[in-house]
Amino acid sequence: MQLTVWTYEGPPHVGAMRIATAMQGVHYVLHAPQGDTYADLLFTMIERRGQRPPVTYTTFQARDLGKDTAELFQQAARDAYARFQPQAMLVGASCTAELIQDDPAGLAEAMRLPCPVVALELPSYQRKENWGAAETFYQLARRMCADTVPAPRPDGGRPTANILGPTALGFRHRDDVIEITRLLDRLGIAVNVTAPLGATPADLARLGDADFNICLYPEIADTLCRWLERRFGQKTVRTVPIGHGATRDLIAEVAAIAGVDATVALDTSNLPWWSRSVDSTYLTNKRVFIFGDATHAIAAARVARDELGFEVVGLGCYNREFARDLRVAAALYGVEPLVTDDYLAVEAAIQTLQPELVLGTQMERHIAKRLRIPCAVISAPVHVQDFPARYAPQMGFEGANVLFDTWVHPLVMGLEEHLLTMFRDDFEFSDAGGASHLPSAPLPLAGGVGGGPVSTANYDGTSPPLTPPRAEEDLWSADAERELLKIPFFVRGKARRNTEKFATERNLSTITLDTLYDAKAHYAR
Amino acid sequence: MTPALPATTPGCDAAPVLRERGQREVFCGLTGIIWLHRKVQDAFFLVVGSRTCAHLLQSAAGVMIFAEPRFATAIIEERDLAGMADCNEELDRVVDRLLARRPDIKLLFLVGSCPSEVIKLDLTRAAARLSVKHAGVTKILNYSGSGIETTFTEGEDACLAALVADLPADTTDAPSLMIVGALPDVVEDQFLRLFADLGIAPVHVLPARRADDMPPVGPHTRFLLAQPFLGETARTLEDRGARRLDALFPFGAEGTTDWLHAAARSFGIDEMHFRRVIAPGRERAKRAIEHSRDRLAGKRITFLPDSQLEVPLARFLATEAGMIPVEVGTPYLHRRHLAGELALLPAGTLLSEGQDVDRQLDRLRAARPDLTVCGLGLANPLEAEGLTTKWAIELVFSPIHGFDQAGDLAELFARPLRRRDVLRV
Repeated sequence: MQLTVWTYEGPPHVGAMRIATAMQGVHYVLHAPQGDTYADLLFTMIERRGQRPPVTYTTFQARDLGKDTAELFQQAARDAYARFQPQAMLVGASCTAELIQDDPAGLAEAMRLPCPVVALELPSYQRKENWGAAETFYQLARRMCADTVPAPRPDGGRPTANILGPTALGFRHRDDVIEITRLLDRLGIAVNVTAPLGATPADLARLGDADFNICLYPEIADTLCRWLERRFGQKTVRTVPIGHGATRDLIAEVAAIAGVDATVALDTSNLPWWSRSVDSTYLTNKRVFIFGDATHAIAAARVARDELGFEVVGLGCYNREFARDLRVAAALYGVEPLVTDDYLAVEAAIQTLQPELVLGTQMERHIAKRLRIPCAVISAPVHVQDFPARYAPQMGFEGANVLFDTWVHPLVMGLEEHLLTMFRDDFEFSDAGGASHLPSAPLPLAGGVGGGPVSTANYDGTSPPLTPPRAEEDLWSADAERELLKIPFFVRGKARRNTEKFATERNLSTITLDTLYDAKAHYAR
Repeated sequence: MTPALPATTPGCDAAPVLRERGQREVFCGLTGIIWLHRKVQDAFFLVVGSRTCAHLLQSAAGVMIFAEPRFATAIIEERDLAGMADCNEELDRVVDRLLARRPDIKLLFLVGSCPSEVIKLDLTRAAARLSVKHAGVTKILNYSGSGIETTFTEGEDACLAALVADLPADTTDAPSLMIVGALPDVVEDQFLRLFADLGIAPVHVLPARRADDMPPVGPHTRFLLAQPFLGETARTLEDRGARRLDALFPFGAEGTTDWLHAAARSFGIDEMHFRRVIAPGRERAKRAIEHSRDRLAGKRITFLPDSQLEVPLARFLATEAGMIPVEVGTPYLHRRHLAGELALLPAGTLLSEGQDVDRQLDRLRAARPDLTVCGLGLANPLEAEGLTTKWAIELVFSPIHGFDQAGDLAELFARPLRRRDVLRV
């Protein structure tokens, strides 16, 4: 048993739902108790979808268990076919139904429904959401391509590609697809099929017609891409075009495979100039902690170091399936890889590393909020705010612009930082005023306003309080404490922690003015 | 010649009920943890279940509230099922680790789930075993919030029923009043003030805000249900000798009056005194409801089954806001506790119990009411079809009981209608 407070991924059948919901003409009959219907709200509330996910839950109850839950399943499948008339059907079991072993695969086969039926074996007690999505996508595509022969390629026609991986409930998948489709168009490459997002089972049957595949989200599409390589001999483009450099790499890779001229698409984003312009000087070596799915985390690390000039101090992912890739990347940045789906372990790592910016998921956003560290979200799991009304891709050149803005805006701006230092003694610029962009009530800052410890009165998480009860409170001499208050509020917590660490390491019983400045010199970059 | 009218009451208390069996679109009882863990401030809820349970809790919580959790899930893994690990030993290990991290926990609920029920993991025995181990520090109880046994608010019912079994015996001979059901603190305080003004004492609440404050129960306990979904809790209280005071549920001016009146009558409070005490609140409630009445009067409303609050809320909207209930669906219809409510529902209201969601949506699309109260999974799809909706779950999370929330309650229903009217996009 694993004690879990928050989980990064849902169960594998939620992954299957992400495939079914992304597509048209698919219906998923899920043998599951009533509570599992909560998953609908992920799509209708978080993603604001205007249709119910195409899922029928058998919703068996305790009183059915002694009787015939198998008949209940068959009835639900029959009704679902009659009502929704799908082109293809997925059948499977959620965690509870897996235990009662009704065998949806065999039951569905015996029914001889008049459409292709793919029985999903998604082991709920071993696997998770992304794996479930990848497996479902692969099984469905494989079934639809079973007897297909690729259409003959007309000579001199445009090269064609499949864009594989975008799903429902994906982090900015909707906009990434638009961006990459445009990019391919500029290269003179036609999109054969984009799947699963917006595709029908009949579209999946045409996958073999494309010249090559773009594995846009390896977590979802890698399994299928490997099979397509074998089945149709299609090459796979594996560069994930997140960031300016990665987008140019994708263009080069695509151009080489398709035999087209890369230069026509070598556009630029605003990122390079925005990053070189002087206001961005203050971004130099900002310490950044990165966590998410492996693909987004690895891509973010490259952008952070090479395109924004940050220092990557932590890199991790929650999906063990891609742990090897993440370890390779971590070695590149000289940091310990953090491969875990334990939210508390991630929280502990952030606390230890004390980054100046966190790039993470909604989970890390919550951690960063409590630690008062700026944060931008770069990866699923998603929240309603990760589905903005505006066009906001992560991929391609426009994606690079979005990354610059969303990662830099949480930080204090360069010029602002100077002004804060200049005016810190101004009476109107006191801590009591709080930050001008925040509500008037000043919030407790990490490290405490005016030296007081952060109030943990309302804190009831399962992790230890973020600021340890301060036995070191009397560590500070009065003049050092006063001097500390002159340090701008947004770096004061860090100054306090560094000084205390410095003092502890040297077994100093009191922090004097000199200790404060010795520590400052010690930690100066 | 006109046919003779059947000699029945004008309400719905004798009306036939459409009982449906099919796909249900409701939460399981685990969801109650979201509000129960905020109510009892030194309690912790440990779900023994699957990744799905953990995902449900954070999805339900994430969409609705942002809060630090005093709940967690012990996720059953392959090795537990394959017998490579002993589930009971694993559970003990998880509980030990949890309690070591959180010494502030005074009451721990082991909450059963669908998987734990199906593999027949005996949490009652586990709770007894762990209670001995952690005696004097943490009390450990258990209940089932599984979706194969409980629907949404039935989770609170199961939790409170588990608490009742553990309540101290009231050995005094004096009558006492118990308010049963988790209410927001602000509402609870209002009721306690009213009972004090009426001269009723002592008054206890279940659940109390702290584990060591849980009320005593005995043959002289009289209790008022604050929520309509507490059938099992009421039964266990009655088993311990307590007596239920029958009343409307405290929604709206009339419901709250009747609810308070039941207690006043039972405690022999003078009628004039009762009226004097409640008059200001009752008047305020009526004035506040009046703000929304224009918007609501004459509008047709359908409730899809969700929280079991459907019948009392439909009664409130019909009698005090002039709305016309079309279909009132509920996951479970407790006829005895709802008798007074049903009698006040307009004749002709379709009552349905259970669910076959696709067929129910067919009826809804045919009836096209002005407002549909439904779960989060259905709200946006129905809005996209042009049906105005109200999230049922908000009714469970918001303070809606009592005189001073009556206006807010009406406003919750009026807001979606007003929004529909003001938008020009």
